[in-house]
Amino acid sequence: MAAVCVFVETSKGKLKKSAAEMMGEAGRLAGSLGGGVDAVLVGKGVAALAADVAKLGADRVLVADADVFAAFTVEAYVKAVTKAVAASSPKLVVLAASVVGKDLAPALAAATGSALLTDVTSVGVEGGKVTVRKPVYAGKAIATVAASTDTVIATLRPNVFEPAAPDDSRTAPVEPVEAGVGADGIRAVVKEVLAKASEKLDLTEADIIVSGGRGMKGPENWHLIENLAAAVGGVTGASRAVVDAGWRPHEEQVGQTGKTVSPKLYIAVGISGAIQHLAGMRTSKCIVAINVDAEAPIFKVADYGIVGDAFEVVPVLTEELKKLRE
Amino acid sequence: MDLIVCVKRVPDSAAKIKVASDGKSIDRSGVEHVISPYDEIALERAIQLKEAAGDGSVTVVCLGPAEATKEIRQALAMGADKAVHVKDAHGARGPLGIAKVLAATVKDRAFDALLFGKQSIDSDNSAVGILVAQLLDLPVVSLVTKLEIADGKATAHREAEGGTEVVEVALPAVFTAQRGLAEPRYPSIKGIMMAKKKPIEEVEAPAPSGKLELAKLEPPPERKGGRIVGEGADAVPELVKLLRQEAKVI
Repeated sequence: MAAVCVFVETSKGKLKKSAAEMMGEAGRLAGSLGGGVDAVLVGKGVAALAADVAKLGADRVLVADADVFAAFTVEAYVKAVTKAVAASSPKLVVLAASVVGKDLAPALAAATGSALLTDVTSVGVEGGKVTVRKPVYAGKAIATVAASTDTVIATLRPNVFEPAAPDDSRTAPVEPVEAGVGADGIRAVVKEVLAKASEKLDLTEADIIVSGGRGMKGPENWHLIENLAAAVGGVTGASRAVVDAGWRPHEEQVGQTGKTVSPKLYIAVGISGAIQHLAGMRTSKCIVAINVDAEAPIFKVADYGIVGDAFEVVPVLTEELKKLRE
Repeated sequence: MDLIVCVKRVPDSAAKIKVASDGKSIDRSGVEHVISPYDEIALERAIQLKEAAGDGSVTVVCLGPAEATKEIRQALAMGADKAVHVKDAHGARGPLGIAKVLAATVKDRAFDALLFGKQSIDSDNSAVGILVAQLLDLPVVSLVTKLEIADGKATAHREAEGGTEVVEVALPAVFTAQRGLAEPRYPSIKGIMMAKKKPIEEVEAPAPSGKLELAKLEPPPERKGGRIVGEGADAVPELVKLLRQEAKVI
């Protein structure tokens, strides 16, 4: 019996960045929950990654490796993870609050009758109960919630938890999981995947985000945002006003009705800082604001501000950052 | 075509959130409430699908306090045909608790599709639609940006990590709406008048199981922002220096 069971995400034959973050937090919690850490790998050809998971601190790796898991489907994956959790019988199951984790965790909670805590930013054990802090109202308030089911399922916000450092000397036993699910068990069938124009990281998992607002004056000026993002190794975001105006796709929207993000660096360009936008990015570690209006609310939350015209400041900043990279 | 849409009453996204004196809830005085925006998108698409089919019904299900009658009337004014108000006098409950009440409410009603917003903008769990699907053993497609229903099956576009998935699913099924699925309409005067005569079935929500306990609600930590590095492009070298040496983020 393990104290913590971690669902480890993979992408294109590698562990995702969140894997080390989830394993890191699981390792810290295992002691206070009185037991070890089991990790669960699901996919096609993922068995080879079990050694990497062991290096991140798993005491045992449960692997469901089959063709049916080649692409994520909640119906197939929940069967595999439910089996793994039954074999592990942990006090806490941990997943990343990613696109996959947000589908899988609720299905797992319903399948196992466990309490579900989502998108948490800290986890502790108080009086034997798993107790978490989690932003609500897109971060306008923080709730402290305690769960009292035998097993608790929690999704952890990406970019928040300290990743486990790999220990190359660690190994762990690997056990197969028979999920008992075939292609005929999947009712929602993915017929086709329409690739995005550019393959970029989801905003919620990005380390650096450069967002543009109405101050950019039009979609034709977005190359300034894109160039700055490229220079600093980040991805592009947008304010709600810009998305509502149709300048940018909705998946780039940061804010209460878009994505809530916590990158290492958030650069807001030409964004005034409406309440619902601030709610979505205020947990960023470092915020930079560039805005022509010195009274813009964005400056109140920004660690560093430049009052000035984005069209003048951004190209210079881009050049400076490019020089650094060379 | 019979569709059910679950909607939640939430504070508007423009609202300031203040913690109430009990330290466990928010101060709702003066706070504008609305249908949670993603639920409203789901509702709009359901109404469009029913209108295009030319038959069937859209039923709105709302688990919420007595005051949620306002949001239910709004949904009816948009074009839903009838509503079930599961009156909740007990206050907060966790996502699984909410899902159990909703699953019990819809399970004996006939529907082709059950729609939710991808998340409510108050508790931000992104969970209830998927929980209900699992409880009812129905297939679910989340983060839907396009939805067509014909010949007993649905085709949905889902915003996945690597791109847009085109998903085919037999009905009945559950869908959670992402932005882009539809643009909610403003109710017409006629719609508002008609909504007053549409039926709202009222049932009482059971007491929550108490498996989740909200111990505390507090404002987020203040950011000590407000530092202006300088004006215009001249301030850029100083900014870059601070980002490298002080914040150490680049």
